[in-house]
Amino acid sequence: MLYYNKSIETATYDEMFHLQSYRLSKTVRRAYDNVPLYKQRIDAAGIFPEDIKSVDDLRKLPYTQKKDLRDTYPYGMFAVPRNKLVRVHASSGTTGKQTVVGYTQNDIDLWSECVARALVAAGTTEDDFVHVSYGYGLFTGGLGLHYGVEKLGATAIPASSGNTARQITMLQDFGSSVLCCTPSYALYISDVLRQQNIDPKTINLKSGIFGAEPWSENMRHEIEARLNVKAFDIYGLSEICGPGVSFDCEYQNGLHVNEDHFLIEIVDPESGMPLPDGEPGEVVFTCISKEALPLLRYNTHDISSITHERCECGRTLVRMDRITGRSDDMLIIRGVNVFPSQIESVLLSVGQIEPHYLIVVDRQNNLDTLEIKVEMSLAAFSDKIRGLEELERRIRGSLESVLGISAKITFVEANTIQRSEGKAKRVIDNRKL
Amino acid sequence: MFIKQLSIFIENRKGRLAEITDIIAKHDINIKALSIADTTNFGILRIIVDEPNSVENILSDNQITVSVTTVLCLAVPDKPGGIARVLSLLSDNDITVEYMYGFMSADETTAFIVLRVDDEFKAQDVLKANGYSGYNNK
Repeated sequence: MLYYNKSIETATYDEMFHLQSYRLSKTVRRAYDNVPLYKQRIDAAGIFPEDIKSVDDLRKLPYTQKKDLRDTYPYGMFAVPRNKLVRVHASSGTTGKQTVVGYTQNDIDLWSECVARALVAAGTTEDDFVHVSYGYGLFTGGLGLHYGVEKLGATAIPASSGNTARQITMLQDFGSSVLCCTPSYALYISDVLRQQNIDPKTINLKSGIFGAEPWSENMRHEIEARLNVKAFDIYGLSEICGPGVSFDCEYQNGLHVNEDHFLIEIVDPESGMPLPDGEPGEVVFTCISKEALPLLRYNTHDISSITHERCECGRTLVRMDRITGRSDDMLIIRGVNVFPSQIESVLLSVGQIEPHYLIVVDRQNNLDTLEIKVEMSLAAFSDKIRGLEELERRIRGSLESVLGISAKITFVEANTIQRSEGKAKRVIDNRKL
Repeated sequence: MFIKQLSIFIENRKGRLAEITDIIAKHDINIKALSIADTTNFGILRIIVDEPNSVENILSDNQITVSVTTVLCLAVPDKPGGIARVLSLLSDNDITVEYMYGFMSADETTAFIVLRVDDEFKAQDVLKANGYSGYNNK
């Protein structure tokens, strides 16, 4: 099987344009009628929903930001009655401020198809056993891939995350041919294989579909060599649906966007104006098929560029380059979204701590590490080691409960973290991506 | 029997201890006793000096995190079992020791120990009742 949905994936420009325009105009109408925030925004922009007749009118619409989802937490931007929802997912975030996303049955179906297209593009067939090591739960990774595998008719192995030794035994015994997880976890699995002197060839993997965090071409080669697989990128974010918004094909030359459901634009971070093909800028998506959460011009703050050049695989779907960074300060650590402001609010809530800190992100043994350097203050200082260790434990515990990942806390002397006049430099990211 | 100790937060980094003691030396202050408690990332430097309050100001002016801690300081006989007897006394009276260290008087005739305990008033009473005397800094 070359394509999961040939007529869509190889549609002509005109066919796609008409389908998108039809869906866009309907979606804008629905968003206007059902989401108070969109009515208000569209009214404020001085336009009418019926002004959006085609994809060419897209730029008339106002942007949506992650903050809008937080401000309307949890369900304020849903465009369907509650009884139409069949599932919710949520992204990590400070308690009460995470972003909650919802799906109708149709939404789940179209999302599953997006994932199935990605699986097929990575050479997966009905005969494959697909080992899914993304976390199952509120995170969209696990269930997202799982439903895609079932949609395709392949066999899903819902391994979820954690317990690497058991995962390796399952990979060996269950005959998994496709592995889905974060790229850093794939490398970690390969490390454990080495440590235990297990030949990767005893595992029957032919390909891996990796996503949920940015990774580089070098990392791809590393994974391919170490696990003896072909490594495919899959991109997505829960606000748009989850993994499967775009995906690699066998030519690994940019990710095909499922643009019959998600319109992609690249915009200038400063001016907000759309940029032409090839120019890097912020990635903006508009959901044109989704019922529960039809986000319009959602700014992901991921940095990438797009190309409409024809891909050798035959797909005509627009391609986006791999994500090269972010225009805001969000960090993706072990697949979890982390904002420095979350860390700051935890530090301040612990009390006694000065708001002088430095976030150091690194990658050791292929796993992301998070270290927070915190300046010692007179109020927090104790002449007893026990007192300082207790403080460290308290900070570490609160951070873990808010971020969902563990961090190392290092106390440093007062006035040693660089102060700057303008925007404070809070983050050092040493990961070589 | 109570004396003032300076407790100083110090990062585990090469040369840092030298820098801090150098600041004290430049002000012509003699460190009578010193102890360091260290963990992987940081340490607590504890020193006994004359005029602890002025040294506190000097260190604070140098952006060093320093606090004045009240600790017990007592003379112990410079012979086997001298410290053991103090510790058994405290233990028998249900007093817990957080940390301790020792030093010699300038003329090397008397040994002193510095003690940080969970209940310093009770400890003082017990020690005084058993004939121990203290050491005083200003």
